[in-house]
Amino acid sequence: MTTTAPRPSDLQDERLANREGIRGTFAGFVDKIRGGDLGALPVVIGLAVIWTVLQILNHGFLSAANLVNLLLESSPTGVIALGIVCVLLVAQIDLSVGSVSGLSSAIVGILFVNLGWNVFAAIAVAVLTGVVIGWVYGQIFNRFGVPSFVITLAGLLSFLGLQLYVLKGIGTINIPFDSPLVIFAQLAFVPAWLSYVLVAIAAAGLFLTDLTRARARRTAGLSAQPLSLIALKSGALLVGLGFAAWYLNIARGIGWMFVLFVALVLILNYALTRTKWGRAVFAVGGNVEAARRAGIKVKTIYTSVFVVCSTLAAVGGILAASRLAASSQSSGTGDVNLNAIAAAVIGGTSLFGGRGTAFAALLGIIVIQSISSGLTLLNLDSSFRFMVTGLVLLLAVALDSVSRRSRTNHGRA
Amino acid sequence: MTTPTLERTDATTNILSLRGVTKNFGAVAALTDISLDVAAGEVVAIVGDNGAGKSTLVKILSGVHLPDAGTIEFDSRPVSIPNPTSALNLGIATVFQDLALCDNLNVIENLFLGQELRPARLNDIAMEVRSWELLRQLSAKIPSVRIPIASLSGGQRQTVAIARSLLGDPKVIILDEPTAALGVAQTAEVLNLVERLRERGLGVIMISHNMADVQAVADRVVVLRLGRNNGDYKVGTVTPEEIIAAITGATDNAVTRRTSQVDLRSIQPITLPDGTIAPPENPTDKEVDR
Ligand SMILES: Nc1ncnc2c1ncn2[C@@H]1O[C@H](COP(=O)(O)OP(=O)(O)O)[C@@H](O)[C@H]1O
Ligand SMILES: [Mg+2]
Repeated sequence: MTTTAPRPSDLQDERLANREGIRGTFAGFVDKIRGGDLGALPVVIGLAVIWTVLQILNHGFLSAANLVNLLLESSPTGVIALGIVCVLLVAQIDLSVGSVSGLSSAIVGILFVNLGWNVFAAIAVAVLTGVVIGWVYGQIFNRFGVPSFVITLAGLLSFLGLQLYVLKGIGTINIPFDSPLVIFAQLAFVPAWLSYVLVAIAAAGLFLTDLTRARARRTAGLSAQPLSLIALKSGALLVGLGFAAWYLNIARGIGWMFVLFVALVLILNYALTRTKWGRAVFAVGGNVEAARRAGIKVKTIYTSVFVVCSTLAAVGGILAASRLAASSQSSGTGDVNLNAIAAAVIGGTSLFGGRGTAFAALLGIIVIQSISSGLTLLNLDSSFRFMVTGLVLLLAVALDSVSRRSRTNHGRA
Repeated sequence: MTTPTLERTDATTNILSLRGVTKNFGAVAALTDISLDVAAGEVVAIVGDNGAGKSTLVKILSGVHLPDAGTIEFDSRPVSIPNPTSALNLGIATVFQDLALCDNLNVIENLFLGQELRPARLNDIAMEVRSWELLRQLSAKIPSVRIPIASLSGGQRQTVAIARSLLGDPKVIILDEPTAALGVAQTAEVLNLVERLRERGLGVIMISHNMADVQAVADRVVVLRLGRNNGDYKVGTVTPEEIIAAITGATDNAVTRRTSQVDLRSIQPITLPDGTIAPPENPTDKEVDR
């Protein structure tokens, strides 16, 4: 069929292949992958492989009860990984997120349990501590130009020390089971009917935003997604999320803490992709000098990113304490730090800066938590968990480097 | 020259006017007592040898460096340009030689970087429409504005960088070596773009090493030598040899001779009856004849 309608103003160059409609969208997607713009594809494939293998090894792995748990377990470290995504986007790193989360859980434990403060006041102080730590990192980074690697390594040690110090002589603080914290993290689940309502809202939301956007683009004389594609996408989301909700509802359902995590992912995704701040973050990660010359206050962006990261680390620490119903000298130690960083990278955030999405934290932490949960089900101890997670991380980083090279070759770097 | 050379009778027609601008880096006197005038709709080429101070002058005008002495008048008002933002706010836009584009962002994102529409809920559509308008005004040949900058050619990247600087509606635009890294066709593309900037009534300052480009597009040539003014010529009243002499500070030296030889290569050699080749005529005379 030859169309006589005028081509949209953004597709008038005769060198452009016609990539309209569903098939065009698919062809464009293939082009992107070939060019090294892998997006979420590797982690999705990786997750499918890991789930298949673990399910074959232990038939309980994909059970509703286990997945419900897996999502809850993912949430605290996932929230921390969200912050890591932000610092990686500006090509920096924060190695102290584990210590900051541990300090934050100690603060909540002491203020809320030992001193009997109001729970929200205790949370506020812990979160504020995260804000201040990030701000201090930003100041040191901007003023003295010390690499973030070193600043946050110092932070890792100092805040671990502070955590040990404030908990000295106290040991472990048990958070009461009837406290709002523990109820939220262990016992509060979305009622089945509400979960379906939320799924419907998500699908309808996607449909409506895409539709309004397509209309506005057409009005402006630009190319737009056809209605069929929009319907297909939101339909797929409806079916996918609906099935997930139904399956999880067989067991206890979707925990509110996981809902909080997903909400934070969506908020950060919005901030990164739809706001001026997000553009600035990507620009700073892509080319600091260009960002500076474009009038972006580069130092403010760095500070804001460190603040976001430490704050999310503090929030993650509170969630971890709530989940365990305890804060102790070992909170936030061990593999929390590395899992959070690994999750961001496995999810597809580039270590070279300027590439990644908020969803990387979600997908990455689910991969890591799946490995952890699957190996625990197999009665394998943490030694195996470390080795397998390390291997997956190595794969992810190698893939990042290879796809970066491929992007350079295809002129998409 | 298609555009008539502007008659600059009145100093108030100048958009930008520098007097006595001096800049030292420690013991190095990068600029000494520099004067420069730019009028609306005028293309001023700044030429000079390596280290002559061209980039330093650009950096002073774009707010990267503060001058140690001297005055800058913009729109007949004395101004100071303490930082890049104040340069942009005045209406002085600079396209640096390294372009400074973000390879991980697409054309629209680069064009609007730092000046996005609707900061809290980006207006992609308006930005895309505006991008196309701008690029079409400049007759830019860019197939898609939603591909990463990294996949564009050198000329296209230069075009994006220039288009970017036009978004803030500047009165003066500074181009640092806009054609240095470009091939023949792409150079022509960028020079056309400069013509278009002049048509829009902008004052254009173009740093260049290339005499052909300068002759093709500039109205006036300002020569810097060792950080000082060393000539201010109207194009059309000056030969490349004179400019080169001002750049190098000598009327007859290896550089001028060599340039002349390059010119003479296009002339058919005259073979004398005994089989030898006639000595070339005086190169300066040849240039005047042209
Ligand atoms: N930031 C700086 N610090 C010290 N010296 C500088 C600096 N920038 C330029 N210079 C010196 O000033 C002189 C003029 O340099 P520049 O303006 O870059 O020349 P051009 O661009 O004409 O080649 C050179 O001698 C250079 O070494
Ligand atoms: Mg220079």
